[in-house]
Amino acid sequence: MDKIYAHPKSLRNIQTHYCPGCGHGIAHRIIAEIVDELGIRERVIAVAPVGCAVIAYDYWDFDCSEAAHGRALAVATAIKRVRPENIVFTYQGDGDLAAIGTNETIHAANRGENLTVVFINNAVYGMTGGQMAPTTLLNQKTATTVKGREAGIHGYPLKISEMLALLPGVKYIERVSLHSPQEIIKTKKAIKQAFSNQIEGIGFSLVEVLSPCPTYWGMQPKEALDWIKEVMVKKFPLGRIK
Amino acid sequence: MSGNEAIAEGAIRAGCCFYAGYPITPQNELIGYMSVHMPENKRIFIQAESEIAAINMVFGASAAGSRAMTSSSSPGISLKQEGISYIAGAQLPAVIVNIMRAGPGLGNIWPAQSDYFQATRGGGNGEYRCIVLAPSSVQESFDMMFSAFNLADKYRNPVIVLGDGMLGQMMEPVWLPVAGCRLPVAVKKPWALTGCKEREQNIVKSFYMHEGDLEKFNLLLQKKYAQIMDSEQRYEEIDTKDAKIILVAYGSMARIAKSAVKSLRAKGIKTGLIRPITLWPFPVKAFQQANRQTGEQANYLSIEMSYGQMVEDVRLAVCGKARVEFLGRSGGGVPTEEEIIKKVNSIK
Repeated sequence: MDKIYAHPKSLRNIQTHYCPGCGHGIAHRIIAEIVDELGIRERVIAVAPVGCAVIAYDYWDFDCSEAAHGRALAVATAIKRVRPENIVFTYQGDGDLAAIGTNETIHAANRGENLTVVFINNAVYGMTGGQMAPTTLLNQKTATTVKGREAGIHGYPLKISEMLALLPGVKYIERVSLHSPQEIIKTKKAIKQAFSNQIEGIGFSLVEVLSPCPTYWGMQPKEALDWIKEVMVKKFPLGRIK
Repeated sequence: MSGNEAIAEGAIRAGCCFYAGYPITPQNELIGYMSVHMPENKRIFIQAESEIAAINMVFGASAAGSRAMTSSSSPGISLKQEGISYIAGAQLPAVIVNIMRAGPGLGNIWPAQSDYFQATRGGGNGEYRCIVLAPSSVQESFDMMFSAFNLADKYRNPVIVLGDGMLGQMMEPVWLPVAGCRLPVAVKKPWALTGCKEREQNIVKSFYMHEGDLEKFNLLLQKKYAQIMDSEQRYEEIDTKDAKIILVAYGSMARIAKSAVKSLRAKGIKTGLIRPITLWPFPVKAFQQANRQTGEQANYLSIEMSYGQMVEDVRLAVCGKARVEFLGRSGGGVPTEEEIIKKVNSIK
């Protein structure tokens, strides 16, 4: 009989600290499976974010660096330049990548650094207690927009992937989602593409992953998946952006 | 060459393999020199999008095992403080050059020594120390880069080279060791991120969430700092043996103080100089020795391009056993030899 299931070598078999229904566990596993499948566990160096996934290095079993909030792509730029033979990726949330780290994100992309970026968009700040993120939708209630996000006061949800697609240094951008098994399969395919691009030297590749945060959306896990499918994808349409 | 260029050339010869920086006056010759000579020597040069990005690139390069450096001037160094704190917390070696200008805020581009507190007390969040080296000539700026990288590697700690706009811009002849010594020095870094081939996972981090872990780690840092304080105090002493008054000055300021000592001695006034070369660890030993040699207690005069920062360390070093006076100017003003002589005459 063929073995069709195994725990990824790159993922520790331990319980995570994530809330029930959170997307991070799925995203971590997808990355671990890809690292195993591409046979790059001994070459890969991850840059973990500040945010809910701050201790991603406790779950992945390969070399990892911390980065200050927003600075993951500056740290990753240097690691990749120093060690071009290694496979370097950042794992960043919306606050990290599209608010405090916007500058580092845009300029690493614009330099065309040969990096892989996994961008987790859950439209909220999780670690700090559910405050507004740059990607929070209009009318979405958060800890700092208790009556809902208003364009005139808080600005619009930032579509940073579309912005980055304008840069000639960027080679691949796709937006995917974790709201169903089918979409999870597509997510894995896209992230694998982003890793393969780096291996082949193609250049800056980013995958934006719409990910549920039931805790700070005030929903049951199933409701959160439905909210992505019915509400979030209307503002953040899925598919290849570049 | 200029002080800025000497620092850059010294860094390259000391095996600096990675430089990231952002232009700011008065250190532009440094980034300019690096932009040409780093790639020429097959080293990495990145003009970063900000000082913040530059210091975080240094974090990444150092995490990956490279000898890494950045440079800037005062306002830019303020921006780097977050990164320096992370570097200290992750125990990464790194060299940060600050060619100080006058502040606060945008201040101006004239020389100053007003970042002494920021450099010697940590500067960013949390309790940490940077080793701080203060060259006072262009030659010493070149030579000191070897010490800077070696100390950074030895202690896995950030090292700040603290110069000022005068030193950065000053042109002096520099003796360079014979060419061909431009190879990076190989230092074993088993903690570096290289990919987990034939070993366990390496993690570079400053985050300790479990109860008690951070306290344990911080005590480790304190132990390291105590060792540095014990082993790495450096200073130059001039005519302190019989001095009734000992000037204390570092960097460019020490050059002027040295001239003052000469002039005062010519007039028969027994003056000496202690020039701290390490600002942290502050060379407390120099003061203990000076006291021993004079037999009778000398008075001290701290001279700074600030309104009194190092003088606090001088007071701590003499521990109330001697009179400590201060002379300083800031905002671009530099105490002159005449002002020093006048001040000494008012003390004796």
